[in-house]
Amino acid sequence: MSKDIRIKKGLDIKLVGVAEKNTTNSTQSSVYAVKPEDFHGITPKLVAKEGAEVLAGDTLFYSKSDERILFPSPVSGKVTEVIRGARRKVLAVKIAADATQVYKDFGTKDAGKMSAEEVKNHLLASGCWPFVKQRPYDVVANPSQAPKAIFISAYASAPLAADLEYTLAGKEAELQAAITAVSKLTAGLVHVSIGADAISPLANLTGIEVHKVSGPHPSGNVGTQIAAIDPINKGEVVWVLTPQDLVVIGELLLTGKLNLSRTIALTGSHFSAPAYVTAISGATIADVTANNLKDDNTRIISGNVLSGKEVKAAEFLGYYDNQITAIPEGDDYEFFGWNKPVFNKISTSRALTFSWLTPKKKYDLNTNTNGEHRAFVVTGSYEEVFPLDIYPMQLLKAFMYKDLDEMEALGGYEVAPEDFALTEFVCVSKQPHQKIIREGLDLMREELG
Amino acid sequence: MSLKGNLHNLKEKYKGTKMAPAFNAIHTFLYLPNEVTNAGGTHIKAADDLKRTMNIVIMALIPCLLFGMFNAGYQHYAAIDNSLRADVLANFFTFDNFWIGIIKVLPLVIVSYGVGLLVEFIFAVIKGHEVEEGYLVTGMLVPLIVPVDTPLWMLSVAVVFGVVIGKEVFGGTGMNILNPALTIRAFLFFAYPTWMSGDKVWVYDAVNRTGTADAISGETILGSYAQNQEVAYSTFDKFMGFIPGSVGETSTFLILVGAAILIFTKIGSWRIILSAFIGAAVMGIIFNQVIAAEIITESSKFYGLMSTVWWEHLTIGGLAFGAVFMATDPVTGSQTNKGKWIYGFLIGFISIMIRVFNPAYPEGVFLAILLMNVFAPTIDHYVVQGNVKKRLNRTKVKTA
Repeated sequence: MSKDIRIKKGLDIKLVGVAEKNTTNSTQSSVYAVKPEDFHGITPKLVAKEGAEVLAGDTLFYSKSDERILFPSPVSGKVTEVIRGARRKVLAVKIAADATQVYKDFGTKDAGKMSAEEVKNHLLASGCWPFVKQRPYDVVANPSQAPKAIFISAYASAPLAADLEYTLAGKEAELQAAITAVSKLTAGLVHVSIGADAISPLANLTGIEVHKVSGPHPSGNVGTQIAAIDPINKGEVVWVLTPQDLVVIGELLLTGKLNLSRTIALTGSHFSAPAYVTAISGATIADVTANNLKDDNTRIISGNVLSGKEVKAAEFLGYYDNQITAIPEGDDYEFFGWNKPVFNKISTSRALTFSWLTPKKKYDLNTNTNGEHRAFVVTGSYEEVFPLDIYPMQLLKAFMYKDLDEMEALGGYEVAPEDFALTEFVCVSKQPHQKIIREGLDLMREELG
Repeated sequence: MSLKGNLHNLKEKYKGTKMAPAFNAIHTFLYLPNEVTNAGGTHIKAADDLKRTMNIVIMALIPCLLFGMFNAGYQHYAAIDNSLRADVLANFFTFDNFWIGIIKVLPLVIVSYGVGLLVEFIFAVIKGHEVEEGYLVTGMLVPLIVPVDTPLWMLSVAVVFGVVIGKEVFGGTGMNILNPALTIRAFLFFAYPTWMSGDKVWVYDAVNRTGTADAISGETILGSYAQNQEVAYSTFDKFMGFIPGSVGETSTFLILVGAAILIFTKIGSWRIILSAFIGAAVMGIIFNQVIAAEIITESSKFYGLMSTVWWEHLTIGGLAFGAVFMATDPVTGSQTNKGKWIYGFLIGFISIMIRVFNPAYPEGVFLAILLMNVFAPTIDHYVVQGNVKKRLNRTKVKTA
């Protein structure tokens, strides 16, 4: 039985710079880095000291709150530097990669014959556990909890998102092995969402509940799908995995190697040739983007334009990311920009903005805020792009004044920062919605558990 | 060096000083700022900001303002020489009429903006926040909802009161509970009632001529109905707005044009506008039925307004203007879509109720909106509680 999901409220942001469907191998970087900040809410305890030799798959650090959760090195080589910030907080662990990669051998497994406990221990020991994230709170899952279901979104609706049909093609065996394994972790179902007219490599796997998704972004957000399929109630936990991470888990089971290389979409108007490359997680951005960037005043984003992180060319690819976006910086003034008719920017209103005339047009948006930060004034605009059965502005305000009862009652358990990316995009008052949600969720996690 | 460059350098120079908000207000008026999005969060933003939003409302108000300027003169001359009313269209759009508008209405606009923005700037500098755009609309609304003969000093006092007590004490635009423009109107109404009602103030010069041989009347339609008098204006006059009243609220037609602009641009809530008209119509029909059932007879002081046909209620007085431009203020109105229906409906309903039961001061719209401003958070509370309950029930079904 498959339950289809039709999303009506939302907004497809069409941008210039869709990745062309050809994949090249990026040159191997000399330096890789794993950044604890990619794993929100984790306090790292270092294992690999500076100067240590590691294999791909060896532990670099583990979680202070749960020593079972290990974070592996994506490559083999030598730990050259641990970058620390204020109060000696670990910002990144840098590894100088060997010329030929040596993988730690975790042994091949037959997922079908493993017990739930064996699967869990194998994922923990091999450093694959960080791929399992949980809702509520959108953090790395707590292995001691039992999720009521597992959700996998194989439909990408974010702006310029990597086409999963393309990047996952031919990975059916790995995906099946991984799904067989992770499905043992829950007593409930494994929900997989695919595009309504896509021929997804996940469509014919066994042991899953397939949902066909249609409608504008955020229909591809797993939070939207959870809300439509089986919303989270107080006290419940669901786990979330991405298909590209399942491929890594599948390969681990089939070959015994932890191979963190993945297909990355280079997208956005500031790539001279937007296309796909393969790269290993944590690679230096400059090596992945290799000569492809138009480097004049560019914002490089690890991830998509709505919820990715800004990175510099010398910094590193995010652990979970399968997309790098490059768009122009908008650090210039615009004469009478607040009242003249606008044809080259996207808007959901029609306030002398004309994007409603050309719904198919692809825009080249820059990073200008198009206005200053203000208190909440306009009402009703968030609801147009927010498909969850939640009052977005009321929830945001509750998160701002930190009333835990209200945060809980209004749906705080059901949201993740990325669910508020579109409301942040359309916000007339230019409020930082995702930051508000992230900080509120951290508070809830601290106070309510 | 270019203007852009010079202004940028000045901005950097004043950064962090007390005067920075004042300078930025003028700077951002000329140029959309060079701010870029944060490293986290969305890296792109939609084209709309608060200035653009407010600007659309002002544009929607401009037809009402221009019409009000002509009407100021027209009502003046027509009161002197009633024969002008015989051919409205020929005698309305004349320069003489517009000139009265320039000398009477324009000063109201200038004083409203001048005083209001001065208060805004002072507060921005003292409190160190940016000058917010809310007053751009308030400043335009205020001259449109006062009688044409309102003394300028009175308007200044009211604006200072309205901006300080109605808005700044709550924390500025977005934090206020009452609509600032209506707070100003209410202040005038209660502080100087003789200037806000009666049969003189609505027409230019009627006050000055009182008691002289040249005395003219400035009775509004509501006033006439309230005193059970016959009204000479045709339905066309009432709908198009060739009638005495506050400066900008007489033309139902142009108000509907403004409503169309607000609704099309998605700046104003169609739910509030529509439900306010529905609410007013329902109350009007109820009163008409009371008359039809002969519960109220001609001897009653309520008879005049109660017997007014329900659809006529929608075109006279400030109802349309209030429903379209005042009730739709997103800060003081209901914020949930369901709440907006209830909020708008009650505004229309209560407006007509006050109008009928308070014949001494028959303009009830602004009081109805202020009342509903106070109750809007309550309405929203119950709408949101509905959502909360749904969430709780989901858990109960699971555990049952």
